[in-house]
Amino acid sequence: MIELLIAPLLAGMALVLATGPLGCFIVWGRMAYFGDTLAHSALLGVVLGVLLQFNVALAILLLCALVALSLWWLQRSELLASDTLLGILSHSCLALGLVGISLIENSRVNVFGLLVGDLLTVGWGEVILIAVISLLVQAAIVFKWRSLLLLVVDPELAKVEGVPTAAMRLLLMLLIAVVIAIAMQIVGVLLITAMLIIPAAGARYLSTSPERMALWATVGGLFAVSSGIMSALLFDLPLGPAIVILAALFFLVCACVGEK
Amino acid sequence: MSAPLLALSEASVLRQGRAILKDLTLSVHAKEIVTVIGPNGAGKSTLIKLLAGLILPSVGAVQRVANLTIGYTPQRLSSDKSLPITVDRFLRLANACGRARRDQLQRLRISHLEQQQMHKLSGGELQRVLLARAILLKPQLLLLDEPLQGVDIAGQQELYRLIASLRDSLNCAVVMVSHDLHMVMAQTDTVICLNQHVCCHGKPENVSQHPEYLKLLGNQAGELALYTHRHDHQHDLHGDVVHHD
Repeated sequence: MIELLIAPLLAGMALVLATGPLGCFIVWGRMAYFGDTLAHSALLGVVLGVLLQFNVALAILLLCALVALSLWWLQRSELLASDTLLGILSHSCLALGLVGISLIENSRVNVFGLLVGDLLTVGWGEVILIAVISLLVQAAIVFKWRSLLLLVVDPELAKVEGVPTAAMRLLLMLLIAVVIAIAMQIVGVLLITAMLIIPAAGARYLSTSPERMALWATVGGLFAVSSGIMSALLFDLPLGPAIVILAALFFLVCACVGEK
Repeated sequence: MSAPLLALSEASVLRQGRAILKDLTLSVHAKEIVTVIGPNGAGKSTLIKLLAGLILPSVGAVQRVANLTIGYTPQRLSSDKSLPITVDRFLRLANACGRARRDQLQRLRISHLEQQQMHKLSGGELQRVLLARAILLKPQLLLLDEPLQGVDIAGQQELYRLIASLRDSLNCAVVMVSHDLHMVMAQTDTVICLNQHVCCHGKPENVSQHPEYLKLLGNQAGELALYTHRHDHQHDLHGDVVHHD
């Protein structure tokens, strides 16, 4: 039983290194709905990958990137609000994904696993992939910390001071796409945004600086992922929901303990 | 006079076919203090954003000298309470050393706010923090969108004198939006009276007599003139009374 745990645990903990700080930027930048949209497009990515016999992880990444780029492009005209545009992209992708699933004949795709995460799909190959990509995402955030922070403080102030705001916004979107692509196996499409924003939201109660909030979000994520994986295995629960419930518990404790 | 830091030539800003700013031609020279006044919806903030390079003119051109450094203070920040950040951390984003940060806080008399969270600041406090940060960038041009907003009347005079003194201490030009011409008259070189287009511009004493100005903002000027206040003391930035011996 322990052997079953080790790979998912390592993968989950590595993932949190990226979701902690990135989740904070999603909260600060009010991008939660954007995360949902990417998750839905990731589902379509899986389906397309299977149907076209293409590498699934790469298909997810490409489709997330495509959706992020479409949104960035659509936002340049200001006639429609972002949440409307996101709703269109999000639900179109979800609808296409669900239609695609029904087209796959001998159900080689574990639909339930895609939606809520699946412990058993995480092998050592996935662990290494998730760890490397998470570290790269974290490195990108740390490296561009000042510019990204200034962007969420005030985009106009950032722009006047020479921060390439359009590029930074695109970077954030692509990082979210990458993280969703690698997190999907563990948490599943439906709850991936929760994994990003709930620990960060809880961390807000404990923090007086952006750095501390990123750190607490990582701590909360580590707690949720490790205890979630263990309880999923012990009590035979769906993995994604188990993780998210424990993340929500972390949030609740933070909300009660900290008042700043 | 030497070449201007920044110049607009027949610049217009259109939104959905409607002109927000129309045919603006103006220039800002080094160490010049320009005050923009006008009624609500006159496009004052849009003008500041145009000068800052945040928006591009739909028609016409903006010319800047090469490598112009700009300090900009918006009316408010777009970030909300979900971002925990202290005043000091916010100032550190300007890449300034600790000593410089403390000096500016002291200069603006907000040292006590150093560890305060940004979202807890009042409107007037926020404007002073934004100004401190703009100064830390050592700009050649300060663009201030209603820097006196939320500051009480007595504090306004002192803050305004401080802004005017920056021309010499920082060697920079200042363009700022103000509601009240009389408040800013003493230190301003040029007043631009804006209502989508430039109604009139020039030295403050001339503008205040200009028929276009009186038509646009005359009522306000009249009401203010009814009340003459004999000031036998001064106020500091917080509005506290300071008696001079």
